[in-house]
Amino acid sequence: METSSRQFADVIVAVPVGRVDHHSAAALEAALAPLIKTACAGKGVLALDFAGIDYISSAGLRILMVAAKELRGAGAKIAVANLRPVVAEIFAISRFDRVLGVFPTVRAAIEQFSPSALAAFDAAQPTATR
Amino acid sequence: MKRIRFWGTRGSLPVALTASAVRGKIVAALRGASGRTFSTDAEAERYVDGLAFAEAGTYGGHTSCVEIETGGSEYVLCDLGSGLRPFGNAAIARHGAQSPQTYHMFVSHVHWDHIMGLPFFAPAYIPGNRIFIYGSHSWLESALRRQQDAPSFPVDFSFLHADIEFVYLMPDQPHTAAGLTVTTMLQRHAGDSYGYRFESRGRSLVYTTDSEHKLDDPMETESYAAFFRGADVVIFDAMYSLADAVSIRADWGHSSNVVGVELCQLAGARHLVLFHHEPAYSDQAIDAVLADTRRLEEITRTGQPLRISAAYDGMEIEL
Repeated sequence: METSSRQFADVIVAVPVGRVDHHSAAALEAALAPLIKTACAGKGVLALDFAGIDYISSAGLRILMVAAKELRGAGAKIAVANLRPVVAEIFAISRFDRVLGVFPTVRAAIEQFSPSALAAFDAAQPTATR
Repeated sequence: MKRIRFWGTRGSLPVALTASAVRGKIVAALRGASGRTFSTDAEAERYVDGLAFAEAGTYGGHTSCVEIETGGSEYVLCDLGSGLRPFGNAAIARHGAQSPQTYHMFVSHVHWDHIMGLPFFAPAYIPGNRIFIYGSHSWLESALRRQQDAPSFPVDFSFLHADIEFVYLMPDQPHTAAGLTVTTMLQRHAGDSYGYRFESRGRSLVYTTDSEHKLDDPMETESYAAFFRGADVVIFDAMYSLADAVSIRADWGHSSNVVGVELCQLAGARHLVLFHHEPAYSDQAIDAVLADTRRLEEITRTGQPLRISAAYDGMEIEL
């Protein structure tokens, strides 16, 4: 699996793509590690855009929980957005929707946490989609 | 192996259905029956059969005790929780107190909820009965003796007049007992616990309770999948939600329905039985966990379908 990222003011938007199972979870963990470090240092927000995730196993969910603990411990935040229907069901069944902030869109997540990041995010969108 | 019978399915400590819970079931059933008439008991029973399990029944409250019917004359049990008491009474009712029987008891670990039934197991007090107690803890015998020491219990272990023998099982090594091939596996739990895999005549059963899965080591996941490989039935500790198991209840030594589905899917197991229910869960809550688990299996299925049940006291599964 691959993960890209972009920063909008104090919000880092990470975009992992693929299937997170007990083998590939380590790749997600490695990709998120520097982003978590940056978000913690700036007491910012790590927003995970899950539009490209078609499955996540317990091992992947555990990584999100570990990330949440680290971020919250440093005064930073975590959000998850754009869940595909199957992944949204996995979040609900595992009760992760009750312990992580889950948002319908990345924009909704950013709007929740940071006006300056929202302005930067909106400015970066193609005109037709604003 | 012919059949599995559950005598105790609750985790941590026994619970009982409360008066308000019974009342709620009656109210729900009466409302559902509004406008119907039942001229015979059979008609009423057909109506009850159509109700949700949580409305018409209960998962029960005894702690871990599972009977494996081998087809032979000797009894085989997993764990000695409070469900051992009704099992013992049923055995005496079946054979009479003066008919010596042989019992093989496999113990996952010696936490109270897994051994508390032994002092109330009537056949243990009757001379002539033979009881083999198997486990992989070196302290198995001392723990069982100690729970009957004064002042914790009024009847000392020495009053158990059956012929009781303790048998140590080396983990990961196959053993033969009661015509079954038995293998134990070390599990993560305070003081360690052991999972059991029973095999006989092409049938296999895995009993894995009080087992926490840390999910941070693919090799560990693979080792559990290997232990579960192709099992006809996996009786699995599904006490918590995954979110609780990896957060506020991390290191409490238990697992979740989600991990149960994943391991059974990896292993190609056929039937997952949710077990060691959280004592705070109502019947409705366990029903909801069962429905969620079946849905998870459905949306993540990549191979053969995995049958999923939630164990209840009195449940039987044909093997």
